[in-house]
Amino acid sequence: MGVDQPLGENIITTSLDSLVNWARKSSIWPMTFGLACCAIEMMATGAAKHDLDRFGIIFRASPRQADCIIIAGTVTKKMLPVIKTVYEQMPEPKWVVAMGACACSGGVFDTYSVVQGIDEALPVDVYIPGCPPRPEALLYGLMKLQEKIANERNSFGSSIGLGERLEPAA
Amino acid sequence: MASEIMTLNMGPQHPSTHGVLRLVVELDGEVIQKITPHIGYLHRGIEKLSEHRTYHQALPLTDRMDYLAPMHNNLGYVLAVEKLLGIEVPERAETIRVIMAELTRLKSHLVWIACHALDIGAMTVFIYAFREREKIMELYEMVSGARMTSNYFRVGGLSRDLPAGFESAVQEIVDTFPGHFDTYEGLLTKNTIWLQRTIGNGVISAEDAIDFGISGPALRGSGVDFDLRRDLPYSGYEKYDFKVPVGENCDTFDRYKVRLVEMREAVKIIDQAMKRLKPGPVLADAPQVCYPPKESVYNSIEGLIHHFKIASEGFPVPEGEVYQGVENPKGELGYYMVSDGGSKPYRMRVRPPSFVNLGAIEKMAKGSMIADLVAVIGTLDIVLGEIDR
Amino acid sequence: MAENNRAVVKLKERFANALLDCKEYRGEVTVTVKKENILEVLKCLRDDLRYNFLTDITAVDYLGQDPRFMVVYHLMSIPNKDRIRVKAPVTEADCSIDSATALWNSANWLEREAYDLFGVDFKNHPNLVRILMTDDWVGHPLRKDYPLQGPDREPYKGRLS
Repeated sequence: MGVDQPLGENIITTSLDSLVNWARKSSIWPMTFGLACCAIEMMATGAAKHDLDRFGIIFRASPRQADCIIIAGTVTKKMLPVIKTVYEQMPEPKWVVAMGACACSGGVFDTYSVVQGIDEALPVDVYIPGCPPRPEALLYGLMKLQEKIANERNSFGSSIGLGERLEPAA
Repeated sequence: MASEIMTLNMGPQHPSTHGVLRLVVELDGEVIQKITPHIGYLHRGIEKLSEHRTYHQALPLTDRMDYLAPMHNNLGYVLAVEKLLGIEVPERAETIRVIMAELTRLKSHLVWIACHALDIGAMTVFIYAFREREKIMELYEMVSGARMTSNYFRVGGLSRDLPAGFESAVQEIVDTFPGHFDTYEGLLTKNTIWLQRTIGNGVISAEDAIDFGISGPALRGSGVDFDLRRDLPYSGYEKYDFKVPVGENCDTFDRYKVRLVEMREAVKIIDQAMKRLKPGPVLADAPQVCYPPKESVYNSIEGLIHHFKIASEGFPVPEGEVYQGVENPKGELGYYMVSDGGSKPYRMRVRPPSFVNLGAIEKMAKGSMIADLVAVIGTLDIVLGEIDR
Repeated sequence: MAENNRAVVKLKERFANALLDCKEYRGEVTVTVKKENILEVLKCLRDDLRYNFLTDITAVDYLGQDPRFMVVYHLMSIPNKDRIRVKAPVTEADCSIDSATALWNSANWLEREAYDLFGVDFKNHPNLVRILMTDDWVGHPLRKDYPLQGPDREPYKGRLS
């Protein structure tokens, strides 16, 4: 690494960004925010067979304790203000996962009451297609989110008020 | 001391409202005075959308209404359309439909017991029930390729025959599930916390239950001996031997017992149906309605044109109106179809069991403690996709 | 045939002037009555003919016909294991009908839904407000002249539908 190690081999040196990113990506706490069919697959992912806990992903019931919101289901025009409120209640940094065709694009419900994709209102980080996506697909999507978090720059600086969090161009 | 009524908002983002239900509760201390449910947060316009789709295209929309019991939704829809058309379904298809419908009942009741127990604080049951549910999901995947939104039934029969290995997989369920039900009972039926939370909670008398239009296990839990499968049979249910459990005390605990017995009976029906299964066609001999077999589509121009015509134009349905009710895990799911003679439904009305059952929530929970409201929501076994459609 | 149905015979006897049509289709009996008499007919069916369970209330929009709407009631008899359908025509100009909430509590939400989606006014309903759509929603979505994708959107033309 080009750094002297006067403290011996029990110490590793790294950048603060890497440390913060590692901590964040290993403890994504999503909100239990089921909207429709996809929520059941989200529950199945969290339950016995697929077990989200092994990724450090633990569902939280309150937006104040969550840092990721999985939009699992159809977003209707009646529900949209609620979702925006809940999103605003989440502390920074926060990420949005659009799970399923409805959250990505409105899906089969091209009707008067359905918002045609949650990205009309929230900044989506990961889109997971499927109607509903399999638990494996949700796992893959969350791992993609972990990758994304791991590559962020100035994570530490932004959290103490120095500049913005930067995402490297894909 | 002056008392003041407190208004508490619960939902639509709340872990125990089973989706996007919102309740505005007025409390005197901890005692519920008034409940105003607000629904419609998942209104997707399925009824309207189906008026713009052909009969085959409207079928996948029904999966997404009660997403805990998709095959029952399919079943009610195809039975209603078949009634309008006046076509008969081959016996093998009918038997497979019964097997899948009862598997779906198991699947739905497993989610119910998982969430109901989780809401009251028994986490273990949730993990166990979802483990068992995965087995049924695997069967869904075998027959239809999808874990939840199966779209397996077709007007006139089924989309395809059962795959190899299905029978042994079902046999495993028939053999092992009663033992799993014993486990749940062992965890709950003698659990003091469970008993205290459920006995005497959410009482609704038989007269009130009928007055509020409650159907399904909730109606039977109130002591009304009525089951559409037995009393207004469809899809050949009259050929099966099963018990209809009835409660006595009209409370949450009785509804819990009724559903548990229903799960055991569902396993028996599946066992009987598997024994009745004989080889034969799974699609009615009605070429104006049913898709041709895939070999014919791939190998002959007539088959291809036939497929193309049904896929693009649909099929005309005689003018008229029918109502078909099926015993969904939640209650009576009804389809009221109006046809104007065209290839799209003129009106598809779904009679949603959860919607009507939820209408009685104030009656059931008024005067009880706020913490018991969660148990009442759990015992009603609502699913918002179907309430709002 | 519908004429032989026990309920139809009784209704013909009692409400000769109110009955517009009785027919049987695919084994289901449908009775069409004048909307002024709907409550009496439903009460008679409930109390005298034991159709004690109100399954469903909905409406159908026959745009271009007069009367435009048809309010549809599905009744079921739990003791007799039997169903009957009662329909009442409602015109667009006077889009209202008596509420059945006095007879069944289950009518409450079902009528609210029919009001919300079709704009049929149920008289003497205790709380006739929208149930599925937001309170400030304009229009009644299930009417045939309401566009599928809503009035504020350009209809999607990229597909045959």
